Amino acid sequence: TVILEILSLENKLTDQQKEFQQLARKFAREEIVPAAATYDRTGEYPVPIIKKAWELGLMNGHIPQEYGGMGLSIFDNCLITEELAYGCTGVQTAIEANSLGQMPVILAGSDAQKSKYLGRMTEEPLMCAYCVTEPGAGSDVSGIKTRAVKMGDEYVVNGQKMWITNGGKANWYFLLARSNPDPKCPAGKAFTGFIVEADTPGIQIGRKEMNMGQRCSDTRGITFEDVRIPKENVLITEGAGFKIAMGAFDNTRPPVAAGATGLAQRALDEATTYALERKTFGKVIAEHQAVSFLLAEMAMKVELARMAYQRSAWEVDQGRRNTYYASIAKAFAGDIANQVATDAVQVFGGNGFNSEYPVEKLMRDAKIYQIYEGTAQIQRLIIAREHLGRYKK
Amino acid sequence: MGSSTSLVPKSVTAAINAHGFGYFGCPHTFGQVGYRLKRTEQYIRVKPDNSSVVTDGVKHSMNPFCEIAVEEAVKLKEKKLIKEVVAVSCGPQQVQETIRTALAMGADRGIHVEVTGKDYETLGPLQVSKIMAALAKKEEAQLVILGKQAIDDDCNQTGQMTAALLDWPQGTFASELSLEGDKIKVVREIDGGLETIKINTPAVVTADLRLNTPRYATLPNIMKAKKKKIANVKPADLGVDITSRLEVLRVDEPPQRQAGMKVETVDDLVGKLKEAGMV
Repeated sequence: TVILEILSLENKLTDQQKEFQQLARKFAREEIVPAAATYDRTGEYPVPIIKKAWELGLMNGHIPQEYGGMGLSIFDNCLITEELAYGCTGVQTAIEANSLGQMPVILAGSDAQKSKYLGRMTEEPLMCAYCVTEPGAGSDVSGIKTRAVKMGDEYVVNGQKMWITNGGKANWYFLLARSNPDPKCPAGKAFTGFIVEADTPGIQIGRKEMNMGQRCSDTRGITFEDVRIPKENVLITEGAGFKIAMGAFDNTRPPVAAGATGLAQRALDEATTYALERKTFGKVIAEHQAVSFLLAEMAMKVELARMAYQRSAWEVDQGRRNTYYASIAKAFAGDIANQVATDAVQVFGGNGFNSEYPVEKLMRDAKIYQIYEGTAQIQRLIIAREHLGRYKK
Repeated sequence: MGSSTSLVPKSVTAAINAHGFGYFGCPHTFGQVGYRLKRTEQYIRVKPDNSSVVTDGVKHSMNPFCEIAVEEAVKLKEKKLIKEVVAVSCGPQQVQETIRTALAMGADRGIHVEVTGKDYETLGPLQVSKIMAALAKKEEAQLVILGKQAIDDDCNQTGQMTAALLDWPQGTFASELSLEGDKIKVVREIDGGLETIKINTPAVVTADLRLNTPRYATLPNIMKAKKKKIANVKPADLGVDITSRLEVLRVDEPPQRQAGMKVETVDDLVGKLKEAGMV
C-alpha cells in the first residue's frame, strides 16, 4: 500500500504542486539560466536573482504560516528546488542555505525565537547560515572546538568556523558550539545551538573562498572572538545542540538531493539536445549506440534519483522518521549528479571541455554534492547503520 | 485559437488563449489548445493523414499575447480604474490550468466555456468571437482585452470579430492603454509606426507585445488562486452555435530548405535570379 501511495503520488502531482513547479521552472529558465554563466565566471553573489526569487515566494518555503511563511511540505519544497537547481546550483545553494540555517529554529525554536528570526526572513529578502563546520571538523561534528562559556546571562563564544555558505551575506547564524568542556561528556549533551545576529561584535567574516564550482555561492571562514550571545538565543536548552543540528538534516537532505537531481536533469537535457544535432560518421551522434547507451544510463540515474528524493520527502511529510531514505536520496543523487555531468561532457566531446558550452560548469558544480550536507561516505555510514538496525529488530 | 483574452472594466473578462507556437515553420490552421515546443522536446509534426498537427504529448501553455492582456487587466485593477477582472477560456478541461494561471496573476474569477472533442478541433475565431460577445453582454463588460493573435494559428481575428459582433469600437495592436474618463486612449502599433486613437467604452482592445511585461504569478498568489471561482458554461447556454463553416482540407509542412548556391559577383547573382524568373 505504501508503494501504491507513492506511485500515485509521483504520477499525479496536485494542481497546486504543478503550478508551483511551473512557476519555479519558468523562473529558472528565464531568469537563472541566462545569467548563470556570468555569475560563475565572476563569482558575484546573485543578489537580483535571489531578490526576485524571494518576491515570488520561491524561497524560505519551510517557514510556517504563523510566522509569515508558506509552510510548504518538504515535497513541495523539493519540487521547487529541483527546478531552480536546473538553472544553476550555485544560485540554488545560496537559496537552500537559508533553509538549512532556518531548520534548527523551525524544529527547535521557541515561539518568540521563531517570530523574531523566521518572521524577519519573510519581511525582507534576508539570508541566514548554518554555522557548524570548522577547519578541523567537518564530518566529525562532535569534534568541533568552538567554545561557548556561560557568563551571567550570556554565553561567550570563541572559535573558528569554515566553509559557511552565505557566511558573508547572512543576517543571522545558527551556531553550534561546545558548551561542556569535559571530554567525557557524551556528544548528545556537550553542545549548544544558538541563534547569533551576524553583526554581533567579535564576529570576523573571512574572505570569500574561490571554489571549484557553485562559484557564485558565498562560502567563508568565520572567526568568533569573545562573541556574546544572550541566553534567550539558546535553542531549547544548554546541551541540546547536537541533536538539533543533526535533526535538521532529515528535512534538508531531500531538497539537497533534489538539487543534485536538477543538475543531473540539466546535464541530460543539454547532452541529449547536442546529441541530436551533432553529426559524425554520417549520422547524428544520438544514433550511435555508444552515445545512446550513455544517454540511456544517464536517464535511468536521473529518474531514480528523482524517485529517491520524492520518497524521502514524502516520508518526512507523513510524520515518519526518514533518515534512511534521506541518506539514500542524498548519497545517490550526489553520486549520479557527478556521473551524469561527467558523461554529459563526454557526449559533447571536445566542445564539452570548453567554457563556451554549458556542461563543464555542471561537472564542476556537481562535485560538492558528494561533500556537503554529509559526505558520500557519511551517508553510507548512516545507511548501513539504519539498514542493519532493521535487521536486528 | 480557442479563446481570447478579454478584459472588462467593471467586470473585466480576460479570455485566455491557451496557445503555443510551433517552431520550424509548421503551419497552424485551426483553433487548438496551444502547444509550446520546448527546446528539449519533439518538433511539431504533421499527422500522417495531413489532417492536422500532432498535439498529443505537446506541452500547452497560455498564449503570450494573452498573458500580456491579463497583465494589463490586472494593472488596471491595481490602479483602481476597473473593478473586476474575469478570465475566460474556451476549450477542454485542461484550459482550467491556464485560467488558474490568470487567477494567480491577479484575475478575480474565471469562466471556463466547455468545448471538447471535434467541436474543439473546429473551434475558430468566429465561434470564439460569438462566445466572447455573448459573455461580454451577459457580464455587462465595459472592456474586453484579448491577445492580438494566437501564436499557433496567427489568425489575428477574434478581437476584431468580437468588436464587430458587439458593435463596439476596437483598439487593436495596443502598445499603450490608458483610461480617460469614459474613453480609452490606445496607442496602436502599425506598419508605419504608432497610431493614437481614442475610443468610447464599452470597447475591445487587443494586446501587442510591448504593452507590458507579464508578471510571474507568485507562490502565495498561486495558493490564493485556489479559492477563486471558475464558473463552467457551455456555448449552448450562451445561445451560441459553434458549428464551423470552415473545412480544413490539408495540412502540410513547409518544404525542406534546399541547399543554396554561391555566386562570385553581383552580376552573377542578378543573372541567376533572372534565370529563376524571380526578377
